[in-house]
Amino acid sequence: MEKRELTCIGCPMGCLLTVEKDEIGVQSITGYTCKRGRIYGEKEVTNPTRIVTTTVRVQGGVHPVVPVKTSSDIPKAAVYACMEAIRTICPKAPVDAGEILAKNIAGTGANLIATASCKALETCRNNPN
Amino acid sequence: MYDIIIIGAGVCGAAIARELSRYEAKICVLEKEEDVCCGTSKANSGIIHAGFDAENGTWKAKMNVQGNKMMPKMAEELDFPYQQLGSLVVCTDEKRRNGLEQLLERGRKNGVKGLRILEREELLGMEANISDGAVAALYAPTGGIVCPFEMNLAYAENACTNGVEFRFSTRVKEIRKREGSMKGTDSLLPAGYEVICETKDGEKEVFTTRFLINAAGVYADVIHNMVCKEKLCITPRRGDYVLLDKTAGMHVSHTIFALPDGMGKGVLITPTVHGNLLVGPTAIEISDREGTNTTAEGLLQVAVKSQKTVKNLPMNQTITSFAGLRAHEKGGDFILGEASDAPGFVDCAGIESPGLSSAPAIGVWIADLMKERMHLREKEHFVSKRKGMVHPFSLSDEEHNELIQKNPAYGTIACRCEKISEGEILDAIHRPLGARSLDGIKRRTRAGMGRCQAGFCTPGTMELVSRELQVPMTELTKCGGNSKIVVGFTKEEAKRR
Amino acid sequence: MNRTYDVVIVGGGPAGLAAALAAKREGAERVVILERNQEPGGILNQCIHNGFGLHTFSEELTGPEYADRFIRKVKEEKIPIFPGTTVLAVNADHTVTAMNSREGIVKLRAGAIVLCMGCRERPRGALNLPGFRPAGIFSAGTAQRLVNIEGCLPGREVVILGSGDIGLIMARRMTLEGATVKAVAELMPYSGGLKRNIVQCLDDFGIPLKLSHTVVDIGGKERVESVTLARVDEHQKPIPGTEEKISCDTLLLSVGLIPENELSIEAGIAINPATKGPTVNERLETSIPGIFACGNVLHVHDLVDYVSEEAAAAGKNAARFVQNGNQNSKGKTVVTVIAGNGVRYTVPSVIHPENMNENQKIRFRVGTVFRDVYLSVYLNNKRIRHKKCRILTPGEMEEVILKKEELGSDLHPEKITMVVEED
Repeated sequence: MEKRELTCIGCPMGCLLTVEKDEIGVQSITGYTCKRGRIYGEKEVTNPTRIVTTTVRVQGGVHPVVPVKTSSDIPKAAVYACMEAIRTICPKAPVDAGEILAKNIAGTGANLIATASCKALETCRNNPN
Repeated sequence: MYDIIIIGAGVCGAAIARELSRYEAKICVLEKEEDVCCGTSKANSGIIHAGFDAENGTWKAKMNVQGNKMMPKMAEELDFPYQQLGSLVVCTDEKRRNGLEQLLERGRKNGVKGLRILEREELLGMEANISDGAVAALYAPTGGIVCPFEMNLAYAENACTNGVEFRFSTRVKEIRKREGSMKGTDSLLPAGYEVICETKDGEKEVFTTRFLINAAGVYADVIHNMVCKEKLCITPRRGDYVLLDKTAGMHVSHTIFALPDGMGKGVLITPTVHGNLLVGPTAIEISDREGTNTTAEGLLQVAVKSQKTVKNLPMNQTITSFAGLRAHEKGGDFILGEASDAPGFVDCAGIESPGLSSAPAIGVWIADLMKERMHLREKEHFVSKRKGMVHPFSLSDEEHNELIQKNPAYGTIACRCEKISEGEILDAIHRPLGARSLDGIKRRTRAGMGRCQAGFCTPGTMELVSRELQVPMTELTKCGGNSKIVVGFTKEEAKRR
Repeated sequence: MNRTYDVVIVGGGPAGLAAALAAKREGAERVVILERNQEPGGILNQCIHNGFGLHTFSEELTGPEYADRFIRKVKEEKIPIFPGTTVLAVNADHTVTAMNSREGIVKLRAGAIVLCMGCRERPRGALNLPGFRPAGIFSAGTAQRLVNIEGCLPGREVVILGSGDIGLIMARRMTLEGATVKAVAELMPYSGGLKRNIVQCLDDFGIPLKLSHTVVDIGGKERVESVTLARVDEHQKPIPGTEEKISCDTLLLSVGLIPENELSIEAGIAINPATKGPTVNERLETSIPGIFACGNVLHVHDLVDYVSEEAAAAGKNAARFVQNGNQNSKGKTVVTVIAGNGVRYTVPSVIHPENMNENQKIRFRVGTVFRDVYLSVYLNNKRIRHKKCRILTPGEMEEVILKKEELGSDLHPEKITMVVEED
């Protein structure tokens, strides 16, 4: 039996949850004071996921980097692999907000999406507005 | 072979360089830091003392009073901010009143004009926030304030304009007397010196010179002792300061000193030329010549001692604190002149307070000495005037608009707290002896000196410096050397891991 | 740039964008946004993490995405934004002096003005942290801009002082970019950051949060080489003997935000010492009629969603001011809103019942952490609200909604007091 202690993130209470689980699944959750806490505890122990937000370097843009996110949450354990895959992605400007910059990033099934636009340096020079 | 090498680009080294640049001579200033004004000259009270403090007959008394008299003309000629606010030495103990009388008497003997003692009522009329315990004060109308950075820069820039070379990031490691005597000169003149330096990349560079002037601040004893048998001994005295927001700048309208008592010298409270309020310094003897770290005790002392002379100081308006080192020589006075056992080696050492006030006079005195000693001829085309930075907000709206029309960079604000435009930052980079680091920009323009302490303007200023000097962001420094601001580019860094 | 506008918005961040939209939709024709940066969006542009917009759009957006939603609408409404334009002065007579590189210094006349200048981070100096002053000391927001906009890494080994949300977010951001965050120190015995950020930005990466700790020394003459932390007592004074020297090259500071009210103060607008923002009435109008304030320049918010909501109200009221003129004379009854026991401040701090909407939101923050208490509202001496709260923390903005009929002038209301009560 594995025992994990977690802080619930549902509200400022920050209830301390204790989750016990074995090979079959979660056996007990204690310490929560609302339904959301119990659901959080179970998910966080069985299938924790995160959305990754970071930047990618842009070639020939007005900014050196453009912000990106994964299109959905990915397994927490895959966050570093995802960062490593993102490191090598280097789109050419212009980049538009919402543009998919990579599909199925690090095999997570999520796409990598630009969350802001980055104009190309030339367009910017020709058109100062 | 140089005619004269000056070690140190602080305010004294720069003033000496400028006064010597009137003459036909090949002159070079060696500075271990990456810019002028990086040691004692950058972290002090910015006070132009009237000259009543030093004992009669000392170098300090003579140079201070003379420097004070020169200041209005120098500020105009070299275009640096200077205000003759007047200063007050406040006595808070009826029994110690005679201390004021003594200062008054000493000041008169030193040649300070206009000194008089004010009673509490008159004092209150001049300074509403004077402490309730204040009984009387010595008023010195000739006391003033300057921008110490710009004063130092002004002297250095003008020296540069008049042909003096400046070598930065060049640290003197060793000095050798050259054998024999100078060819074609009278026998009294020495053969000169070899100055062995370490430059930025750790490389060795040797400079030879006929005369050597030591204006090395807290290192002046080290330099002196490389050459002379009669040793000097400088102990750095750290002074912690607290700088308050411009919202507190009107709290006093003169420089307020405390009458020294048995508990030691008090701290001063003064407006700065840019409208902030400066409180400090402490006086703590230390051994580290680079020990410019403030301490919790030092900062507490500043807060406590300042209350003696002025009440309701809004210390919660503090925007920064810093410490500077004063080069205290054990003899207690400035050491000026040619060393007795080293012909051609001239000291300008032990320059602690009132060094800033004295610098113009020291510059002239040393230049006169060198002129006589070296039979220097005046230059035909000496440029005596220096034009300072453009300060757009000191112009009328019409002039300001014209300026922006000519150069739109003056219309974009880079530092919102001090209202400094991109144009001014570009000027700071491209002036003679232009800025290379963020601190260099700050000292020249004040960008980053305001209430957010460069929080907002740092990235933008970095972009400008990077673009103008064609240096990658990752190579930019706060103040030269290893003071890199960022350590790498993001995605490259992940690779390292 | 035209010289006369109905509503001039000072600042194109989240508050300015929402205020401009609301003003336009309320019927103000000539609305303009003056923005000092080259692009609108304010600080959201560098807040590339997600978690914005849950209240406004019922989805989780990143900062730039949240800003973009508003920027698009502002463009649809054809509201001009002047970028690279710094406002130099706001005057009580409704003139605004601004400067940019294209037109130089210009004076605008405004029917009404909405102040949306946001806030700034407290710098090291404000804390009087002793030690050297080397490179490598950044406020968290500066580091955030360097990483997320400039693509630079400020340091490799990091200590963070302050556990505000920006500091927590930067702990994760720096870690993901390859840095090691060695500790987050917090002066108070609790963190002002969201629980979610403590878990997902610190716990996820095993970064220790040291409550009741502060920085007592900074080592390194050129670049930061070490930071010394010490435990503090209940008066937040360092306890001798608890010092721990941590070798690092970077110190990030996330030690509080200060509304940027230099323009407001110069205009003569009264400032509430508790919020450091203008004192405002029920219409978010400052002490100068026709000048409104909203967002972080008014009081520091926890969520941008509330900034947008508040700014929309300010923009709407600004448009009404232009249409209907000064309303203060109509509101004869003046009710003072008082932050009582446990409550640090309220916004607004004055209500004219005759001018209020059916529902009046009062936003407030508490001064310390409270568990299992009641939040009560008194009208004069009569308790009109008594709400059980399991937890109240200084990090979270709270609100109560008062109804117009509760304040009917026949009740002779003079003051509303908000207090935290044990029972």
